Amino acid sequence: MSAQSEPGLLYSEEEEALRAAVRDLLTDHCDPAGVIARTESAAPHDVSLWKALCGQMGLAGLLIPEELGGQGAGHREVAVVLEELGRAVAPVPYLTSAVVATEALLGCGADDLLRDLASATTIAVLAVGLHTAPGRDIDRVRFEEGALRGELTGIADAAVADVLLVPADDGGLYAVRAAEVTVTPQVSLDLTRPLARVTLDGVTGRRLGDTEAAVRRALRAGAGLLASEQLGLADWLLTETVRYLKERRQFNRQVGGFQALKHRLARLWLEVAGLRAAARNAADALATGEDTDVAVAVAQAYAGQVAVHAAEEALQLHAGIGMTWEHPVHLYLKRAKADSIAYGTAGTHREALAALVDLQAP
Amino acid sequence: MTDAAELRRLTKELLAAHPPATTDRLDFLRARFDAGLAWVHFPQGLGGLAAPRSLQPVVDAELKAAGAPDNDPRRIGIGLGMAAPTILQYGTEEQKRRLLRPLWTGEEVWCQLFSEPGAGSDLAALGTRAVREGDGWVVNGQKVWTSSAHVARWAILIARTDPAVPKHRGITYFVCDMTDPGVEVRPLRQVTGEAEFNEVFLTDVRIPDSRRLGEIGDGWRVAQTTLNNERVAIGGTPIPREGGMIGKIAATWRERPDLRTHDLHQRLLGLWVEAEVARLTGVRLRQQLVAGQPGPEGAGMKLNFARLNQEISGLEVELLGEEGLLYDDWTMRRPELVDFTGRDAGYRYLRSKGNSIEGGTSEVLLNIVAERVLGLPAEPRTDKDVAWKDLAR
Repeated sequence: MSAQSEPGLLYSEEEEALRAAVRDLLTDHCDPAGVIARTESAAPHDVSLWKALCGQMGLAGLLIPEELGGQGAGHREVAVVLEELGRAVAPVPYLTSAVVATEALLGCGADDLLRDLASATTIAVLAVGLHTAPGRDIDRVRFEEGALRGELTGIADAAVADVLLVPADDGGLYAVRAAEVTVTPQVSLDLTRPLARVTLDGVTGRRLGDTEAAVRRALRAGAGLLASEQLGLADWLLTETVRYLKERRQFNRQVGGFQALKHRLARLWLEVAGLRAAARNAADALATGEDTDVAVAVAQAYAGQVAVHAAEEALQLHAGIGMTWEHPVHLYLKRAKADSIAYGTAGTHREALAALVDLQAP
Repeated sequence: MTDAAELRRLTKELLAAHPPATTDRLDFLRARFDAGLAWVHFPQGLGGLAAPRSLQPVVDAELKAAGAPDNDPRRIGIGLGMAAPTILQYGTEEQKRRLLRPLWTGEEVWCQLFSEPGAGSDLAALGTRAVREGDGWVVNGQKVWTSSAHVARWAILIARTDPAVPKHRGITYFVCDMTDPGVEVRPLRQVTGEAEFNEVFLTDVRIPDSRRLGEIGDGWRVAQTTLNNERVAIGGTPIPREGGMIGKIAATWRERPDLRTHDLHQRLLGLWVEAEVARLTGVRLRQQLVAGQPGPEGAGMKLNFARLNQEISGLEVELLGEEGLLYDDWTMRRPELVDFTGRDAGYRYLRSKGNSIEGGTSEVLLNIVAERVLGLPAEPRTDKDVAWKDLAR
C-alpha cells in the first residue's frame, strides 16, 4: 500500500468551542420529551431549532465559501456539528440540506442557490433515496418536452424542503421549487428524519448541471459525515447507559458493578473509540481530499454496526424502561437503524473497499 | 530547550564523527547514547537531552536516511518499554548510570520476574519472599511466563518483603542479576512447540540493597509504572495500513485467487475494516499523547490487538485450506526474539492465542476500562484489609 500522510484525528480548540456552542443550544431547545412529542405532530421537524442553528449561528453555511455568504469552514467542523445533532437526535434537515444538497450544489456551481442556503432562507434536499450509496445507480424522473415527470421515494426531509434537486433521465440535475411538486409523507422507521414520496407532474425545473458527478460527490460527503452523527448517537447511548447502571440497584448492588454488564459496556466503549477515530478520519479526508474514498468506505463499513449495537445494548440494559415510548432510547434505536442503511449499508461499503484496496471477490 | 533544528544538527554531528559505514554497530549505538540521541526526552547523561518526546522521530528519520544501525527494539522490548521508564522514575543516580546505557544498546537484555504460578491476574498475591539479611536480601520463590529469561542479563523483580500487611502493601521492587547463584531458568514449551517463555526458580538468591528500586513496601506502586508502560508499549508503535496480521492475509488473498470463496471474502473485508479502524484508533491515541492529552485508549488498543490477531490468523488458516492442515515445524526451540507475525499461518494462529493473556488478560483489561474509564463500580473484594499471610491459598 502507498504511504499516506497522517490524518489529524483530534479536535482543535475552535472545533471544541463550536461543539460547546451547539451543545448549549441543543440543551436549551431540544430535549427528548419535546422531540418525542414533535414526532407525533403534523410537523415532525423543529423549524425554530433549525433557524437558531442556521440563522443565528450560521451553521448552514459551514461548507459554503465566504464569497457566497458561507463560513468557508470545512468538513471537520460540520462533523462536530453532526456529532452534537446526533447526540440529541435533533429533528432538523442539517445532513440533508447543509451537507448533501450543499455538496451537490457546490458540484454544479449553483452560486445563487448556495447563497440562499448559506443565509438559511432556503432548505434544499437532494431527491435521491436516503438508502443510496455513493456511486450506485439512482432513480430519475423523465425529462419530456421541457418538463419533469415521475415519482421518487424515500426522500429524507422533503417535507421541509423549499427546493428539491431532482435527477432526470437526460443526465441533468434540476432545481425544482417545492411548491410545484407533491410531497407525500411516508410512514418512516426513523420519525426524526422522515421520508417522503415526491411526485412531479409536468414541472419545469432549472437545469443546474450534470447529475452523475454532483450526486456522487454529495452522497460521498453524506456517507462520510453521517459517521459523525452515528458517533454522536453512540456516544450519548453509552454515556446514558453507564449513568443509568450506576444509579440502578438490584440484588442490593449497583447494577453497573456486575462484571457481565461491565464487560459489555467496556466493549461498547472500545467500539465507540474506534468509531471516533474512523469518523474523524473520514471528516479529515473529506477536508483534505486525500484518501477520501477509502476513509469514507471504512467509516461507513464500521459506523452502522456500532451505533446500532450501542442502541440495542442501551435498550436491553435499561430493560423495561428502555422498552417504553416515554424513554428516548427508542428515538436513538430508530435513528441508528435507519442510519445503518442511509447512504449505503456496511456491506455496500465493504464491496466498494474490495475494489479500492485490491481485495477482489472470487 | 532543544528544538528540531538543534537535534538535526546534533544528529549530523554524530554521523560525521561516527560514519555508519565504517563504524562498528555497538560503537555507533554507544556514541548515539552518549550524544543524547537515544531517547531524546530522557535527561542529559542518560541517553537524552531533556527534549520533548515528540521530537524523537526527527532524530530517527535522519539516522534511518543515513543507514545508521538501530537498537532492535524487538529483542530488547522489555528493557526499553518497561524496565527503562521504571528505572528512570524510581532508580538512584548510580542505578541509572550503570543500567540504562547497555539496556538501550541491547548489550544487556532484560526480563520481567512478575507473574507466579499462584499469582497471574491477581499479581499482588505473589508469594516470592525477600528477607532482609545484612545489607541485602535473600530471595526464594518461583516465577513463570518469563520471556527472554534464558538470554537476559537483568530482571525486574517484585517480591514480598512483609507478609503481615495486606497484599498490595508488602511488596518491594528489585533489580535481579540473572547470573547470580540460585537463579535457575527452565524452558516452558508452549502450544506453538517453541519455548519462548521460561519458568524461573529463585533459591537463596542474594540481592544487595543497592539494587532495590523505590522504597521498601512500595513495590506495587513502582510496578504500576512498569505495567502502564507495558500497555503503552504494546499499542504504541505506528504501523502503516495493512501492517501486522492483516497484511499477511491480504497478501495471500492477492497472490492466491484459487483459494478465494465468497464467504471468506466477506469475512476478510470485515476484518480488514476492523484492522484499519484499530490502526486509526492507535494513530489517534498517539496524537493525544503528543498533544499531552493522554487518553485511556491504551488498554483498549491491547484488547483490539489481541482479538483481531486471533480472528485474522484463524481466518488465514481456514483460507489456506489443504495447506492449513499442515504446520511448518514442531521442533522445540528457544527463540531469542518474540515474533508474532513470523513463520507460517498455523504458528501465527497458535501464538496469537497468547495475545489475550500476556500483558494482562482481556478480562482484566475490560475491568480496567469499565472501572477507570467508565467509572463503574469495582467487584466486591474480600482481600482488601486482610494480611497477605492470612489469605486463603
